[in-house]
Amino acid sequence: MTATLEVRNLRTHFFTRAGVVKAVDDVSFSVERGQVLGLVGESGSGKSVTGFSIIGLIDPPGRLAGGSILYQGRDLAKLDERDMRHLRGNRIAMIFQDPMMTLNPVLRIDTQMIEAVQAHIKTSKAEARTRARDALGMVGIPSPEERLNSYPHQFSGGMRQRVAIAIALLHNPDLLIADEPTTALDVTIQAQILAEVQKLATDHGTALLWITHDLSVIAGLADRIAVMYAGRVVETGEAADVLDRPAHPYTHGLIGSVPSRNKRGDRLAQIPGMTPSLLSLPAGCAFRGRCAHASTACEQEPPVAEPTAGHAVRCFHPIQGAPA
Amino acid sequence: MSEPIIELRNVSKRFGPTYDAAARLTREIASRFGRTPKSETVHAVDNVDLTVSRGEVVGLVGESGCGKSTLGRMVAGIMPPSDGQILFKGRDIASLPPDAVKDAKLKVQMIFQDPYASLNPRLRVAEIVGEAPRVHGMIPNGQFDSYLDGQLRRAGLDPAFKRRYPHQFSGGQRQRIGIARALAVQPEFLVCDEAVAALDVSIQAQILNLFMDLRRDLNLTYLFISHDLGVVEHLSDRVLIMYLGRIVESAPSEEIFGHPNHPYTQALLSEVPRIEARKRRFTAIKGEIPSPMAPPAGCHFHPRCPHAMPRCGIEAPALREIAPGHKSACHLNG
Repeated sequence: MTATLEVRNLRTHFFTRAGVVKAVDDVSFSVERGQVLGLVGESGSGKSVTGFSIIGLIDPPGRLAGGSILYQGRDLAKLDERDMRHLRGNRIAMIFQDPMMTLNPVLRIDTQMIEAVQAHIKTSKAEARTRARDALGMVGIPSPEERLNSYPHQFSGGMRQRVAIAIALLHNPDLLIADEPTTALDVTIQAQILAEVQKLATDHGTALLWITHDLSVIAGLADRIAVMYAGRVVETGEAADVLDRPAHPYTHGLIGSVPSRNKRGDRLAQIPGMTPSLLSLPAGCAFRGRCAHASTACEQEPPVAEPTAGHAVRCFHPIQGAPA
Repeated sequence: MSEPIIELRNVSKRFGPTYDAAARLTREIASRFGRTPKSETVHAVDNVDLTVSRGEVVGLVGESGCGKSTLGRMVAGIMPPSDGQILFKGRDIASLPPDAVKDAKLKVQMIFQDPYASLNPRLRVAEIVGEAPRVHGMIPNGQFDSYLDGQLRRAGLDPAFKRRYPHQFSGGQRQRIGIARALAVQPEFLVCDEAVAALDVSIQAQILNLFMDLRRDLNLTYLFISHDLGVVEHLSDRVLIMYLGRIVESAPSEEIFGHPNHPYTQALLSEVPRIEARKRRFTAIKGEIPSPMAPPAGCHFHPRCPHAMPRCGIEAPALREIAPGHKSACHLNG
C-alpha cells in the first residue's frame, strides 16, 4: 500500500540577503491512511515550513531546493500550479493556527463555504449550501443553518476554528495538515477539536499531519512522532517509542522540560542555551552546542541510527533505553 | 501558617461603558417608559476572597475571559477594585497615607505574559531595569552599575548586554529582563500573569526553574496565573480555579489534582493533555464558555454541567469548606 504522503529528502530554503536559510533541510517522513503523524518542534525548527511546502504555499524568497513530496505516489513538487490547485482544498487541506487568517472577515460564512465547494465540484448553489451546513453540523456547531448567515467576527475563537476545520473537511480530504490549530484555544475547547479530528481519521481514513510544539497534545493523539530541530528531523518513531525511550538528547531534554511529568517542586530538566540561528548553524549536529553528550565526532554530519525497527535517530551518541 | 501578605475581601471588578449626556438621557427616557435599559456591565471579578501567606505560591487557573488577569492586576495595584478591600500585610491599601501606598505597591510587582509588548522598545536594558530603583532611591550613590549588574545576573542575564535594546534579545531572555525589572525594586510579592505561556517548552523550563530559585533565595511569595495546569501543578502550593469571575474551588495542590470536587475542575483536569497519555479518545465538555456580559443565572457552570439540578439555575452556590483547606462552590456538596 502506498502511503498517503511520503516526504523524501525535502529541502526548503529561503534565499535572503543575509544568506541562505535552510528552514527545512533533508526532511523525510511518511503518513499512512488514517494515521496521525505528530511533527514536533520549537519555534524556528522548520515544522510549519514543512507543512507549507507540502501544500505548495512557499513564497519567495523561499523555494523547494530539493527532494520530493509524494502524495499517493504523485510528486507534488513537480506539479504545475493548475494541478496543485485542483488538489489543494480538495484532496489535501490545511488548518492554520489563527482561524482569522483562513476566513475572510467581510464575507459571510455561507459565501465562503459555497465558494469552497464550487471551486472543486460542479453543483448548484443550493446543494453547495446544504453541504456547507452539514459540514458545520459535523464539527459540532449548534444550529448550523442560522450560523451560515453569520460573519467570522460573530463567532468565538473556538467556533471560528471549527468553521475553518469544517471548510477543510468539505471535500473529505485524504490528507489534512494541521498547523498548531489548538494552540490559541482553551483546554475545554481544544479537547472538543481534538475529538473531531480524531473521529475524522478513524471514520474517513484521512491521514493527519499534526504540527505542534506541545508534546502533551501529541502524546494523546499521534500514532507516530517526528521531532524537528533546526530544520532537520532528529528523531522519528512510534509515539510510545519516542516518548518512553527517547534516543536523541534533544527529545530527551524536551520531554524532561514538560512540567506535568516531573514531580511537583523539583527542578525541571532544562536544555541549556537556545535554538541557534538558522543563518549560522554549526557544522555537523546543530544541537551539539546545547548537548551534554557532544564530542568531537559531532562536528561531522551525524548518521541515522535505528535503536529498534521503525525508530530512527540522527545522532552519534543516542541515549539507550533510558526513560526521560 | 505564617502571616498573610495579601488579603482580598469581597473584591469585585466591573467594567461598563461610560455614557455621554445623550446616552444618559436616552436611558433615562427609556426607563420612564417602563423599559429597563440593557445592562452592558461585565462582572470580570465577582466577590472574590483570597488570602496569600508569606512564602506561599498560589496558582490561579481559568480559561480565557474568566477574570484571572483582572484579579491579578488588582492584586498588583495596577487597577482599583470596584468593590471590596485589598489588604497588604493586614492594612487596607485604600486607607493608607500616600507614602505608605507607594511602599506597599513597590512590594508587589508583576510579570507579564508577552515579553515583546511589556518592554519599552526604545529603552536600553539598563534603563528598563535600573530606572525604578533609581527613582525610588533604592541605590546608594555611585553604586548604580554594581546594583544593576547584580540584578541582571540574578535573572540569568549577562551584564555585558545592558546597553542593548529589547529587540536584540530572544523571547526567553526578554522574559528574564521583565523578571529583573520586577525584582529590581526588592518586592516581596510577585504576580506572574501567564509569564511562561509565550515561551517554547525548553525555555519555559529554564524560566520556571528561575522562579523556583528566586523563591528560595529571596523568600518571595507568588500569585501564579496560568491556563496551563501542568505548570501550575508543578509550581504551586495551593490552587484556585476560576470560572466566569468567581472562584469555584480552592485547595492545596495535591488535594485539587488528586480529589477535584467541583464538576468544572473535574472536567478541566480530565481534558488536560498529558504527556503520559498514549493514543486516547478525547471527549469534551459540551458547550462554550458563556459571555461574561450575560453569565447564566445561579451557578455559572450549570448549562455545561453534567450534574446540574433545578436549584443550580436559580441559586449561586457559596464557596464552602468541604475538607480542611479545601473549598468548593457546588450544590452537590449539600
